[in-house]
Amino acid sequence: MNLYLLSAIGGVMIGVSTVWLMATLGRVAGISGIVGNLLIGRSHDRAWRIAFVVGLVVGPVLLVLIRGDSGIGAPVASWPWMLGAGLLVGVGTRLSNGCTSGHGVCGLARLSPRSLLATGTFIVSAVATTYVLRHLAGGVTW
Amino acid sequence: MVKTLAALLAGLVFGAGLGLGGMTDPAVVLGFLDVFGDWNAQLVFVVGSAVVTTAIGYRWVLRRPKPLFDVAFQLPSSRALDARLISGAAIFGIGWGIAGYCPGPLLASLSGGATSTWLLLMAMLAGWWLTAYLLPVPRAWPVPAPKTTSMHQAKPPATSGSRKTASPVRHL
Repeated sequence: MNLYLLSAIGGVMIGVSTVWLMATLGRVAGISGIVGNLLIGRSHDRAWRIAFVVGLVVGPVLLVLIRGDSGIGAPVASWPWMLGAGLLVGVGTRLSNGCTSGHGVCGLARLSPRSLLATGTFIVSAVATTYVLRHLAGGVTW
Repeated sequence: MVKTLAALLAGLVFGAGLGLGGMTDPAVVLGFLDVFGDWNAQLVFVVGSAVVTTAIGYRWVLRRPKPLFDVAFQLPSSRALDARLISGAAIFGIGWGIAGYCPGPLLASLSGGATSTWLLLMAMLAGWWLTAYLLPVPRAWPVPAPKTTSMHQAKPPATSGSRKTASPVRHL
């Protein structure tokens, strides 16, 4: 099947699950918030968050059963870069209170000004970072 | 129980959608971010269709008085376009641009077994924790519950965050 069609279907699935979460639990499907507040914050609120994370982790396993391919690709960056990237993603998503799912999908869908600003900012930042690392610094595999 | 099942189903479909769309492959994500290189447009299709689906769905769902299994919708209420938001997004973008992972795809990639994805997860958790405790959202009191009539309808000060939980650390 055409890669772009697969991607669009994947996106629709993400959209459907996001709408489902709002319809059932009244929550924005922002992963950094769902998981971040699982670890830091209210304890009575944990069951649904844990269930969501379990679902996220197991979802691609279902893909293996259905179509033989999880879609998981090998990491590109070497482990020191992965560590640094993780720290920055953690700090940045907590500070801006969202990530690609929270701001980029849910926020844009609601035309939230905060999300429009956040999404524009992190896209520009990520593109600039990729450019510097790939085209000026020789990549992230060392 | 029903809330837990609903959340599990949401996570499964979300995770499968990420995998199907190529978002659990950092080469695909970095291929999109590598605008000046060999550009991969897959992410545009994933996010585009996700946003359109969500926009349509939210319009319909949010017309209802409440969600199916809870008392009220919990939508971010902050409108602040402040330094915290912008700097946070910029920092997140750098991290995303280095490894091609953001929280959702990272979790969905863990079953692939690559050790470095677990390292990234640990670092991300550390980043969340550090930020929550060293740079908490300044907040004088928790957001009041919806549809209550309280005698003191004081408006909380404009804050830069939109967390619905009371901050565990008081900002001094």
